[in-house]
Amino acid sequence: MNRSRTAWLFLAPALLVLGVFFVLPVIGALGLSLTDYDLYALADIRNLRFVGLHNYWGLLQRPLFWSALGNTFYFVAIGVPLSIGASLGAALLLNSPLARLKPFYRTALFAPVVTTVVAVAVIWRYLFNTKYGLVNYGLAELGLHPVDWLGDPHWAMPTIIAFAVWKNFGYNMIILLAGLQAIPPELYEAARIDGASAPRQFWHITLPMLKPTMLLVMVLTVAGYFQLFAEPYVMTEGGPLQSTVSVLYLMYDDGFKWWNMGVASAVAFLLFGVILAITIGLLRLARRGEPA
Amino acid sequence: MSPRLARWLVNGALFGGAAVAVLPLLWMLSVSFMAPGAASSLPPPLLPAHPTLGNYRELFAHAGMGRYVLNSLFISSAIALFALVCNLMAGYAFAKLRFAGRERLFQALIGALVVPAQVAMLPLFLLLKYAGLVNSYAGVIVPGMATIFGIYLVREYARSVPDELLEAARIDGAGEWRIFVQIVLPLLKPVMVTLTVFTFLAAWNDFMWPLIVLTGQEHYTLPLALASLAREHSEDTELMMAGSVVTVLPVLLLFLALQRHYLQGLLLGSVKG
Repeated sequence: MNRSRTAWLFLAPALLVLGVFFVLPVIGALGLSLTDYDLYALADIRNLRFVGLHNYWGLLQRPLFWSALGNTFYFVAIGVPLSIGASLGAALLLNSPLARLKPFYRTALFAPVVTTVVAVAVIWRYLFNTKYGLVNYGLAELGLHPVDWLGDPHWAMPTIIAFAVWKNFGYNMIILLAGLQAIPPELYEAARIDGASAPRQFWHITLPMLKPTMLLVMVLTVAGYFQLFAEPYVMTEGGPLQSTVSVLYLMYDDGFKWWNMGVASAVAFLLFGVILAITIGLLRLARRGEPA
Repeated sequence: MSPRLARWLVNGALFGGAAVAVLPLLWMLSVSFMAPGAASSLPPPLLPAHPTLGNYRELFAHAGMGRYVLNSLFISSAIALFALVCNLMAGYAFAKLRFAGRERLFQALIGALVVPAQVAMLPLFLLLKYAGLVNSYAGVIVPGMATIFGIYLVREYARSVPDELLEAARIDGAGEWRIFVQIVLPLLKPVMVTLTVFTFLAAWNDFMWPLIVLTGQEHYTLPLALASLAREHSEDTELMMAGSVVTVLPVLLLFLALQRHYLQGLLLGSVKG
């Protein structure tokens, strides 16, 4: 009895913080999304009206919402596979018995992860500058035409994807490297004795053994990439032609620029719904792939 | 494939990858020492012709960089400190103290991880507005004072504390608080370092929430100041790179110094059963 009270006292500070500043606001967001909370309500709460699902309905009919959702899906669909591919490649190299200076390379490859998104996004803006950027200079040396990386609606999102891959791949690299190191070496020895080539070993031992780690990495990365915000905010301000407006960018603009907080809450909840559905889908897919 | 060729390929690929990862950062450092306008010429210079500290002087003398550094330092330290205390206590309780509903409550917390933090941001802003905390340090700090990830991390680690040790202390008549402070905390030192580095770096790099809750420049953290400078001074490459160095260098150095602890936390936090 007394022990139980002690436990709750130990839990109290953390639960209080999480309850007041996370759980309560999440519930509040659901309520807010059912109201027309706007600048007038911000000034005087009596202007607040309950509008049911009107905000959600309005969003589904708004072209900008669909293009924001499309841009975000584009970012996730291309960015996540590239990101995880880069992570896996780097992890395999670091795990290779042939590799030298492993701690040095590991640190160097991981360095972008700990940097500040805003600061490194600023660096990329200059590296990909149309006129003086090193990237276009390199292209010109190769005899290729310069590309207006962040000013062309077709190239802005790919540039942001390249940036995100560069910034984030080190994180999953560490997790996948640990997964690789946990594979028992006897499996490879047995395969070698049976005469299996390196690609076959990779396909029949490494990938299956890595599957649980891969699933975890995929779920975390997908959820993280759906929360795209700082990159377009700093690199393109959503442009050109709104080609890099993400769902969260739309939420920020609606909520904190135009103070349509009811609509913005609906945007947030729709994003949450999408992330949840895809996470569940991934987990289901992984379970179905397992032998019964 | 001959073993020698394979060795060349593996190490060559590693070198290439590391170069891609690090070169933008080295370029930033180099340009930050260039004279204003020097980077905007063709061919783009890689090293400063006449190295100067002028950009840094400009940032601290006229752009208020000193203030932003202190803001970032204060806010990140406060978040790291509060989160350390709250998460340690809660993580220990989940690992070692018995109470009804322990497992269910913990599962609920882990389940809550699927809710993106941004869902809470709009009502949180209104809550803090009515509490008078918008545009204050406290507005940035309070929502970060406890994290589910941190609680999870401490719980994972604290489970290795032997129960016999705690029982023996209880039989000796030690109170629960004394047991926590004198017996448990010394054993949790490694996870304390890990958690502190992790939270500090996350708070330092955080962008969206400070952007929302800090409406006036006087409270800006470095990422906010840099984003706003980038909109005003987008042509001043050299100045912006100096600002990026000031923002990135502290966390990069902290990571290099405590790398082992940071990576341990990353693995402990993601290897979920």
